[in-house]
Amino acid sequence: MLVIRREICGYCGCCVSVCPRGALELIDAYLSVEGECSSCGICARACPLGALEVADEA
Amino acid sequence: MRPEYDLLVIGGGPGGALAASTAAEAGLSVGLVEKRPAIGVPIRCAEGVGRDLLEEFMDPDPAWISAEIDRAVIVAPDGYRMSLEPSMAGSEVGYVIDRKRFDRELVMRAGEAGADIQVKTRAILPIMENGTVCGARIEQNGHVQDVRARVVVAADGIESKFSRWCGVDTTVPLAEIETCVQYLMTGIDIDEAATVFHLGNEIAPEGYVWVFPKGPRTANVGIGISGRKSRDGHRPIDYLNRFVRSNFPDGRVVEWIMGGVSVCPPLEKTVADGLMIVGDAARVSDPITGGGIYNAMFTGRLAAQVAADAIAKGDVSAGALMPYDSGWRTSKLGSALRRNYRIKEYFIRLTDEKLNRLVHSISRLDLAKFSTLEIIKELIRHDPGLLLELKAIRELL
Repeated sequence: MLVIRREICGYCGCCVSVCPRGALELIDAYLSVEGECSSCGICARACPLGALEVADEA
Repeated sequence: MRPEYDLLVIGGGPGGALAASTAAEAGLSVGLVEKRPAIGVPIRCAEGVGRDLLEEFMDPDPAWISAEIDRAVIVAPDGYRMSLEPSMAGSEVGYVIDRKRFDRELVMRAGEAGADIQVKTRAILPIMENGTVCGARIEQNGHVQDVRARVVVAADGIESKFSRWCGVDTTVPLAEIETCVQYLMTGIDIDEAATVFHLGNEIAPEGYVWVFPKGPRTANVGIGISGRKSRDGHRPIDYLNRFVRSNFPDGRVVEWIMGGVSVCPPLEKTVADGLMIVGDAARVSDPITGGGIYNAMFTGRLAAQVAADAIAKGDVSAGALMPYDSGWRTSKLGSALRRNYRIKEYFIRLTDEKLNRLVHSISRLDLAKFSTLEIIKELIRHDPGLLLELKAIRELL
């Protein structure tokens, strides 16, 4: 699953633009996963700060 | 917000503001929503804009000009600095602006022209009827409202979610997002009249580092790299910190600015039934420089002009709105985007060795005008070896 590290996120929207499923939504200063995230990790690559991480399912 | 407008604009950046002011001046009823609580904040921009381009829309105002730029310096991977001097004045000489004030000024002009403005208001869904966009459900401070419109202009920037909800795929490929971080730095030694671009695969893979003056000893120091080059330990923030440590170790950072800019081709279609897409949301930022202020203003204004015509004729179908799409594509902007995309595709494949050679060659050119196009034309004339290298892009000029 996708983990958003809010202490790092700069709420810039870069990740939103590359999500192939449109699963990310930036609500002002708050990034949320709203659609069906496939844990592809593309957003994590694009993040300029490293605020996103795909964690292994427990 | 009223329950119904001729034109509803989603996003209060330069694209949305120009759409709103142009439409209001044409006599349309206009509503504009901006999801952030303030116009122009937070900044997502290096703030550079060409003089000729800006002046196509407005007279420069000291209230929102941070620095006047009359030369550019390109730094090769080997550290060689090439200066493009004021005598070569051309379209890429210009200003570094203050987007916080600039954007607000544009939105205030839209308001003065008669547009309703609402900030901290997010579009959460399009209103669709028989495949036609008929407005948006908006939310402000927990209050949800449906706003109908003859035409909706999606000016929602890099995120470009509104069009996606309407069925238009706006996804930027990972390789074609420039992921960026910028520091506003003070207490640094800079040339206050020059924009500086640092090239190199070690410095900024498939991108560049910029130093754009913002006033005395103050500058936007930023970096963009391709999303495909970004990974843990090699993110824009890591590259920027490395650059700042070696170039401005005593500088002070007073603002962090993050963002993404697309360097992909524009959307295949920037209209749908009842919908027009402008600016970054339409992926019309420049593939070489990443610049998008003028492109957003140009497409925003054109969209409103076409919308006004279509509404007057009572037909807001994609076909009736197509003059907007074909209009910007056949404009100077449209051809520049096509050409610069192919040039970018060539440049990102260059090794540092070739980049060095290129910058050294450019510095020996006698340029009448300083612009990307002139540089490449002159290069081809000047360096027979590079001619072969550049053969692929030669036909584009």
